[in-house]
Amino acid sequence: MFYREAGDFKTSYRDDSQTFPIRFDRLRYYAVLVVAFGIIPFVINDYWANAVFVPFLIYAIAAIGLNILTGYCGQVSLGTGGFMAVGAYAVYKLMTAFPEVSILIHVLLAGGVTAGVGVLFGLPSLRIKGFYLAVATLAAQFFLVWLFNKVPWFYNYSASGQITAPERTILGVAVTGANTPAWAKYLFCAVILFALAWLARNLTRGTVGRKWMAIRDMDIAAEIIGVNPLTTKLSAFAVSSFFIGVAGALFFAVYLGAAEVGEAFGINKSFLVLFMIIIGGLGSIFGSFAGAAFLVLLPVFLKNVLVGVLGWPTDLAAHIELMIVGGLIITFLIAEPHGLNQLWRVAKEKLRLWPFPH
Amino acid sequence: MNLQDTPQDNPMTAEGYTTPDGRKIGGVLMEMRNITLRFGGVKAITDISFDIREGEIRAIIGPNGAGKSSMLNVISGFYVPQEGEVWFRGRKRPPMKPYQVARQGIARTFQNIALFEGMSVLDNIMTGRLTLMKSGILQQAMWWGRAEREETEHREKVEKIIDFLEIQHIRKTPVGRLPYGLKKRVELARALAAEPRLLLLDEPMAGMNVEEKEDMSRFILDVNDEFGTTIALIEHDMGVVMDLSDRVVVMDYGKKIGDGTPDEVRNNQAVIDAYLGVAHD
Repeated sequence: MFYREAGDFKTSYRDDSQTFPIRFDRLRYYAVLVVAFGIIPFVINDYWANAVFVPFLIYAIAAIGLNILTGYCGQVSLGTGGFMAVGAYAVYKLMTAFPEVSILIHVLLAGGVTAGVGVLFGLPSLRIKGFYLAVATLAAQFFLVWLFNKVPWFYNYSASGQITAPERTILGVAVTGANTPAWAKYLFCAVILFALAWLARNLTRGTVGRKWMAIRDMDIAAEIIGVNPLTTKLSAFAVSSFFIGVAGALFFAVYLGAAEVGEAFGINKSFLVLFMIIIGGLGSIFGSFAGAAFLVLLPVFLKNVLVGVLGWPTDLAAHIELMIVGGLIITFLIAEPHGLNQLWRVAKEKLRLWPFPH
Repeated sequence: MNLQDTPQDNPMTAEGYTTPDGRKIGGVLMEMRNITLRFGGVKAITDISFDIREGEIRAIIGPNGAGKSSMLNVISGFYVPQEGEVWFRGRKRPPMKPYQVARQGIARTFQNIALFEGMSVLDNIMTGRLTLMKSGILQQAMWWGRAEREETEHREKVEKIIDFLEIQHIRKTPVGRLPYGLKKRVELARALAAEPRLLLLDEPMAGMNVEEKEDMSRFILDVNDEFGTTIALIEHDMGVVMDLSDRVVVMDYGKKIGDGTPDEVRNNQAVIDAYLGVAHD
């Protein structure tokens, strides 16, 4: 009824290739922006920031990153945790070595460092595919975690082996460290996510994105139309790792504050982000958001229901929660292998015709 | 001139000829010289030479396993022949990767359709123009300046091809959902989008019904006529080949057994033997 493309005419190719070609979609997008930047920062408290919003924003960045590599370019990676660790340790070293430089620049540089590392570990992708590549990236995961554990230079020879984010400010407001207000954490991550999601969308709708998808769908045909497989795959590894590195840097500096590499960036993290993009939908930016939201919110929601409403003991609730999440993931993969994004698309198709489907 | 001349016999290849229906055919665009291709001990192609002229529709025919597809794969860079030379636009071509061949202006379609199933028809055809796009990754990330301009310019060209092949209605449909005949047409569109100097078609009509074959034949003739694209094609349907092509190379067991106009080939005893079989004593 309200979701219509009829009457929404485009008179130029530029209009036709915009991100939200349907007017209603566009309006909803602006509404989301207004809520995200105009309302939430003013009402957010510590609980909502730490339990829901900040992890969601950071995982969304990581999920977009992995989606570029796996969903768009078809290269399976299990090294996400390791690459996030690279971002975290890079931003830590930069923050402690150059305290006078803005944290924003450090975060972006950390992304750049991770991009370099990602390209290095992406080199085998020219020769190996699928499961074999996944195992090669798994090696990256274990190697990187081992490296940050074993070489004290990375954690500045601290006795605990942990890294701790010092306080850094933007325009006089702390965004890292113990004194950070909830809204500053939220806003810092939200701005970066917004900018990166916009970049990702531009990349995936243009030439670079088509090259990635061509390699994903059929690499031989991609080569025959002039796509250089090496540079294309490596560019996907670079962009993806940049995103994941930024996510890792924020995860450590803004969200955790202090981190131990094996615990914060272990193999679990790699699987978590992979689940996010599979549940959200491979090859879709919206899917990355949806998957991150789903896997961040679901445990919080279940915990509140089981402990808060039903009054179960916390440990029992924690175990049940794991089982429910696991069961849901399996159900999901069987019922809708294309993820939340596909559900969303089907819902929109239905909505277009509603309430007169004939 | 005598069309049965092989390039070696006739070094003055620049002059061209006129077809019976009055089209002017230009000089040599591509020339294969004594190509031999082996897979281990198996000779897929043995000492084959032929040329493809500017503006011509050139067919390669032969029974199954004659080495036709191998020949096309040599041209498009998938296989590097052990012996022989490939000349393109008057230059000897060093061994190249397929994507480098594509950048030289050679596009092709495949016998088993090789489209990007997850992308829309429009995106598939846009990929055909990748070699012509120049904007860098940073500009594209910002969707700014040249990146945006390019996208619109190339979209215009692609829309012309979409019009030409009459696939406007499926522009935004994911390729995976299309029926076979349309997929073939989209693949042709993608190859055309690259504005190739030489278009290679590997069995463009395989698996089609009569109507689809007629459509495809019309498109091939129109492409040649309107864009002046040189076309080399492999096809099994003899009726189609004889109607479409200006000159035909006939292969059997990896060897060339005939070369000339359709009429000449039709009356060539070696060709008749290969197709109808002959008693060996």
